[in-house]
Amino acid sequence: MTTVTSSTRAVDVRDLRKSFDEVEAVRGVSFDVAAGEVFGFLGPNGAGKTTTINMLCTLAKPTGGTALVAGHDIVRARDDVRRHIGLVFQDPTLDGYMTAEQNLRLHAELYGVESALVAPRMRQVLEMVGLWERRKVPVNTFSGGMRRRLEIARGLMHSPRVLFLDEPTIGLDPQTRASIWSYIAQLKESEEITIFMTTHYMDEAEFCDRIAIMDSGKIVALDTPAALKAAVGADRVRIQTDDDASAAAALREAFALESQLADGGVVFFVESGEEFVPRLFAELGQPIRSVSVSRPTLDDVFMSFTGKTIRDAEESGGRSRNRRMMQVMAGGRR
Amino acid sequence: MSAATAAPGEVVRVRVPPRTFRSELRAIKVVWGRELIRFRSDRMRILTSLIQPLLFLFVLGSGLQQLATASTGGVDLKTFIYPGILCMSVMFTAMFSAASIVWDREFGFMREMMVAPVRRSSIVIGKCLGGATVASLQGVILIALAGAVHVPYDPLMILGIFGLQLLLAFSVTAFGIMVAARITQMQSFMAVMQMVVTPMYFLAGAFFPVAALPAWLTVLNRLDPLTYAVDPMRRLVFSQLDISASARRVLDPGVSLWGWRVPAGLEALFVLALGLAMLAIAIVEFSSTE
Repeated sequence: MTTVTSSTRAVDVRDLRKSFDEVEAVRGVSFDVAAGEVFGFLGPNGAGKTTTINMLCTLAKPTGGTALVAGHDIVRARDDVRRHIGLVFQDPTLDGYMTAEQNLRLHAELYGVESALVAPRMRQVLEMVGLWERRKVPVNTFSGGMRRRLEIARGLMHSPRVLFLDEPTIGLDPQTRASIWSYIAQLKESEEITIFMTTHYMDEAEFCDRIAIMDSGKIVALDTPAALKAAVGADRVRIQTDDDASAAAALREAFALESQLADGGVVFFVESGEEFVPRLFAELGQPIRSVSVSRPTLDDVFMSFTGKTIRDAEESGGRSRNRRMMQVMAGGRR
Repeated sequence: MSAATAAPGEVVRVRVPPRTFRSELRAIKVVWGRELIRFRSDRMRILTSLIQPLLFLFVLGSGLQQLATASTGGVDLKTFIYPGILCMSVMFTAMFSAASIVWDREFGFMREMMVAPVRRSSIVIGKCLGGATVASLQGVILIALAGAVHVPYDPLMILGIFGLQLLLAFSVTAFGIMVAARITQMQSFMAVMQMVVTPMYFLAGAFFPVAALPAWLTVLNRLDPLTYAVDPMRRLVFSQLDISASARRVLDPGVSLWGWRVPAGLEALFVLALGLAMLAIAIVEFSSTE
């Protein structure tokens, strides 16, 4: 906001808005990201994450509010913003006919990187993502994971101060996702860089220093993953019964607990979940087929702020994404 | 940010300098260079875009020769249509070059260029020059065929042809990029280009002398910008031929407007001006997109 703090803030957003015709995709968001932070935007598809990121990257003009990225105004100093940011988009933006090396070289030339530094920098970023040996190969022959890694390398080619990653691991297998996360961790160590990413994978959001949860164009919560989970406080209990609706009613009557029909059962939050289970069986007055108790995940955080799971919010997300979400849930249950 | 504290061999930190005229030139050069890289790696395209001109030149040219001998004054019909074919090959290649901007958008690469800290005009100019270069390189293959249609290999003529091809390729690419700014789908882009370019090509007098045409065709011919590219090309080629004066009058009458024979240099200048105008429009259109 002020000139004093803007030097330590990588991103500074005030009441940013974007409307497309009648639809208000981003409805006034405000937040800031400290230099060196890994900041995550979490939310279902269509929550306005990508629109926000596009505005911060100067790819879309806001219809209201202001934002500074690397100390420069995204509308008035578009080129200055562009000089200081790296971008990895959701959709591939590589030239498949060119080799990895040619793609990076083109990028360096477009960004005006000093000629003498192009080769050493290229080697460094390619080695980081493990593609140095493949540098002479046309990108068309790369797998999806290799392409994403190359995009990350390219985004880093000009030593940006802020790296924007829009769903960097979407559609990748778990192994590749893990390796991409290790690059990001490595980046944090080796480069003076701020990472701004969007995701709707709950488990990935936990790698962030801070997370903003977005729903329907607004930020509904913003804090560290631990603090967000602490805000939910209680354990998450999910029960399956023959009649979930009446089970929910019984919960309200017997224990004064509010519950949600989600995740194929009745989900509610309660202090000391394990100790609660015996009481549940004794007092619910209804047969229970299964019970699971888990520590709250970020999905629960999302649910506690929005009243729905990310999966519900997306309605019809991709099948693989849903499967992934199940794994997350399964992981949380153990 | 603190100064680079990394030890040698550790992190190489680079800096992106503010935009300058030189950095824009560098951007133009790299966008241009990419077109060449892609052209080199796409041998199939070089071959396929040769098929059509070669069919016209050798199959149509040889076939119609049976009918035409009497009226061409002993000049091989292939020789006559050769300048038109020189223009044709360049036009179609340039069209494909411009189409690459549509592919770039479809495959996302456009975005990589659009978010770079350079002017949109640099990208459009680089694209246009790249397309022109690639098309002219393709044209060289056809120049090499001059001997096969009884045209002598005169160094000055070859240079002249190359220059005219470059000019035409530039203008056609500029036209294509201008269209591509508005039309974002490959299929509609190709349809529009075919719809515009094919009639232009037929009207330009690539296959017939432009004097003594029916009135309606004369009007359309003179309105067709491509006429002013084909005509200087034909004059250039015919200047090297040893043919009778009557044959020259019939086959290479030149374009005249209201009885005034337009000089070849002016025709070339007109093609260039048109290309520059379309390039300017393309730049404006690309700069105004988000």
